[in-house]
Amino acid sequence: MSANPTHMTLAEARDALAGKKISSVELTQSHLDAIARHNPALNAYVHHTPEIALAQAKASDEKRARGEAVGLLEGIPIGVKDLFCTKGVNSQAASKILTGFKPEYESTVTSNLFAHGAVMLGKTNMDEFAMGSANITSVYGPCVNPWRRSGEPEVKLVPGGSSGGSSAAVAARLGFMATGTDTGGSIRQPAAFTGIVGIKPTYGRCSRWGVVAFASSLDQAGPMTRTVRDAAISLQAMAGHDPKDSTSAIQSVPDFEAVLANGVKGLKIGIPKEYRIDGMSAEIAAAWDKGAAILKAAGAEIVPVSLPHTAYALPTYYIIAPAEASSNLARYDGVRFGLRVSEDGDSLNDMYEKTRAAGFGAEVKRRILIGTYVLSAGYYDAYYKKAQRVRALIAQDFTQAFTQCDVILTPTAPSDAFVIGENQDDPVAMYMNDVFTIPASLAGLPGLALPIGLSKAGLPLGLQLIGRAFDEETVFRAAEAIERGAGFNAAPEGY
Amino acid sequence: MGTPYRVKGNTGDWEVVIGLEVHAQITSESKLFSGAAVGFGAETNQNVSFVDAGMPGMLPVINEKCIEQAVRTGLGLGAQINLTSVFDRKNYFYADLPQGYQISQFLDPIVGKGELIIDLAGGEQRTIGVTRLHLEQDAGKSLHEHSPKFTFIDLNRSGVALMEIVSEPDMRSPEEAGAYLKKLRTIVQYLGTCDGDMDKGNLRCDANISVRKPGAELGTRCEIKNVNSVKFVMKAIEFEAQRQVEIIEAGGVIEQETRLFDATTGETRTMRSKENAHDYRYFPDPDLLPLIFTQEYVDAIRATLPELPDQKRARYVADLGLSPYDAGVLVAEKATTEYFERLSATHDPKLVSNWMTGELFGRLNKLGVDIEQSPISSEQLGGLLALIEDNTISGKIAKTVFEQMCETGKPAKQIVADEGLVQVTDTGAIDAAIDAVMAENADKLAEYRSGKDKLFGFFVGQVMKATGGKANPAMLNDLLKKKLS
Repeated sequence: MSANPTHMTLAEARDALAGKKISSVELTQSHLDAIARHNPALNAYVHHTPEIALAQAKASDEKRARGEAVGLLEGIPIGVKDLFCTKGVNSQAASKILTGFKPEYESTVTSNLFAHGAVMLGKTNMDEFAMGSANITSVYGPCVNPWRRSGEPEVKLVPGGSSGGSSAAVAARLGFMATGTDTGGSIRQPAAFTGIVGIKPTYGRCSRWGVVAFASSLDQAGPMTRTVRDAAISLQAMAGHDPKDSTSAIQSVPDFEAVLANGVKGLKIGIPKEYRIDGMSAEIAAAWDKGAAILKAAGAEIVPVSLPHTAYALPTYYIIAPAEASSNLARYDGVRFGLRVSEDGDSLNDMYEKTRAAGFGAEVKRRILIGTYVLSAGYYDAYYKKAQRVRALIAQDFTQAFTQCDVILTPTAPSDAFVIGENQDDPVAMYMNDVFTIPASLAGLPGLALPIGLSKAGLPLGLQLIGRAFDEETVFRAAEAIERGAGFNAAPEGY
Repeated sequence: MGTPYRVKGNTGDWEVVIGLEVHAQITSESKLFSGAAVGFGAETNQNVSFVDAGMPGMLPVINEKCIEQAVRTGLGLGAQINLTSVFDRKNYFYADLPQGYQISQFLDPIVGKGELIIDLAGGEQRTIGVTRLHLEQDAGKSLHEHSPKFTFIDLNRSGVALMEIVSEPDMRSPEEAGAYLKKLRTIVQYLGTCDGDMDKGNLRCDANISVRKPGAELGTRCEIKNVNSVKFVMKAIEFEAQRQVEIIEAGGVIEQETRLFDATTGETRTMRSKENAHDYRYFPDPDLLPLIFTQEYVDAIRATLPELPDQKRARYVADLGLSPYDAGVLVAEKATTEYFERLSATHDPKLVSNWMTGELFGRLNKLGVDIEQSPISSEQLGGLLALIEDNTISGKIAKTVFEQMCETGKPAKQIVADEGLVQVTDTGAIDAAIDAVMAENADKLAEYRSGKDKLFGFFVGQVMKATGGKANPAMLNDLLKKKLS
């Protein structure tokens, strides 16, 4: 056991708790202390729930002392993205329009985690309504990546987005796990930028009930952890069919941790040629090759595959996601909860306009406008309907590719973490961050990001594994092999 | 065919073309996409779940009972049932629309084309096409009467399941529109899929109206929203057709718009014009998968359908020997049919029919109530009919007894006993009365015997009078004939 309890992995902490080497209260307190020390600089946690954490930890210790059956995450301190509704705790989706909103209900995913014994340290920062790739659109201000470029300790980098608070918290050891949500890459890209593991499971694997919606047909919750094993354990605790979510799949949840031992011998790893995009940096390309080499060395076969509609994924996504968002965000109207801005004599429309103008940030407004436009009469066929057809073709590409391979290996993001403020006025450049993650999102497939090495600047670089629908097991097996082969053990300094 | 309905204009006759969109609230325990209760008269905001209030992160889950009710209604309209249908979002902002969109069905509704037979005056029937039936959720209600400054919102109705039943523009007169609405109401009541109570707002109607010279191209239509009685729908159509004719004849054009009917003035007025029309931005609801079910599911529902009004009417004519007109009257309301069927199970159906369409309906009309508030229950009327059938009283006396039943609420048997109205079936007593009448009217007797047959009626009347109206008419006839010959 490491001297600092926060430096353990989730699996190590679980074993330490089971072996009575540490109590959950001690583990939790060490995290609360770390948060107190580091969070002011990182802004990773935006709502702190130490009372809840200590109460849950105490209850967990007592349960263990009574010898009762324990959950997969029994006594494990975690962070929860602000997008999840947590009963009686601020759940604001990092938006001004939900100022003061404390739901009377608990999201299914957090309910599952708590049922498995997890301890909630607080709510983590994110891009407003999960729209962004840098965690700079939050009403709480930007979250800061705990990593620094070598030789540039003053330059603050983004932790990725939208689950930037979760990625920063896990990378800085302010939680063994944090929940993320991924619509076009919001778990995978921040995982890559902070050198951690993040998996967006198959659409339908985790319930969306109680998760503030961005784009319903794409949103999916998943865990962000420091190891593949921790991700496997966490996903098993989060997932499962939920009758309250009509799109939740009726699928049993496998023992993801158990399959890690199976190795990759005989697996076919697809390398899609279309992901080698123009201007890809040499170090990203090299990291990709390294991942393939590791898998090959572990007994897998590398096969070239083609995903011919890849180039259309980004524009397709930026029609479908804003379209759904424009509709999903219509409920924030100042009538029933959150912010209301109105003056005497205002009409209903005045109130809507003032409330929404003051409550939504620029990026959210941009996407609402795009979404409203692409759905409007006369444009629906040209944009939304066509995008849905392209989406089907993209999904077909994967189906085709998976006749030749078992899992697909790609880079996660086109670059390492960038400086806060960079690209901020260039939305299209910002959207390019998700170029590798979006196709799997459109196809509803599981995608896992994990670190493979460091860039020349000393920052983590990530790879992505994409699997067949509901075949997270193969994704985890391949990820475990890469993790083992890469031996990535770098950590941000000072945490 | 009766004379077609025409609006008289300065330039001649105009034809009115009418299509109706009826919103029927589904009879169900809970709402279309949430487990919240559905109930009329609940406290404000009592029946509201987090889903109905549009809270963040809440998701709709389809209520299977509502699907079954929609399929049932579709089958009752002889309509095509679509095994795959899609829920769409209809996006618009309003304070009583918590999600900022209504979940509805747009391109792919659950029920396609069907038809409905309407019953017109004089027993005439016409077939009106049904374009579609789709499911949608209701909005909440804005309350303006509590404050001069604020609007209050009641979300009890938010999310309640509605069936929107859209007709073809097949109706040509207010009477036909009224008949369509009545027939539709009867069918959903028979099916048990909607209470059909327009007063409680669980059946509401939008009317699309245009006018044209008979046989010409369709004119521009106006939609009159949310009319809540059959009578008002008919009045609104009458007014609107006249208004459109006047505008066209004055050289104007009809603007396509949405109008409201004001029940106090009997007029329609602009609600919103086409320029202000909403762009609803429909798209498939990503929170709900397409609704897919099997033919077996549909067939299982079909197997539970009750006998519907048209079938019932045909059976009454064929099996019970009722006239098509009377049969039509008896099946037009579910409660009426139930009243009839309770009685006709144990009494002569024709006798029951005559009494219901005659005395009972006359009385209800006079009281201005429907059969559910009838002062005479089917059981009570049955008591009276039994006395007629076992010859205790004559049909004529029964009418007097019926009046007294209505006044006093006493059972027929008691009234007959108290008033001594028991029919005389003792042949001796009738014979004696006949003899007396014959003795008193020797002159008339002579006339009759010399061939003046018409005097038979006179003798019947006299004997009846002598027996205080209590002589059994059939026995009296028989005995009299014998004596006179």
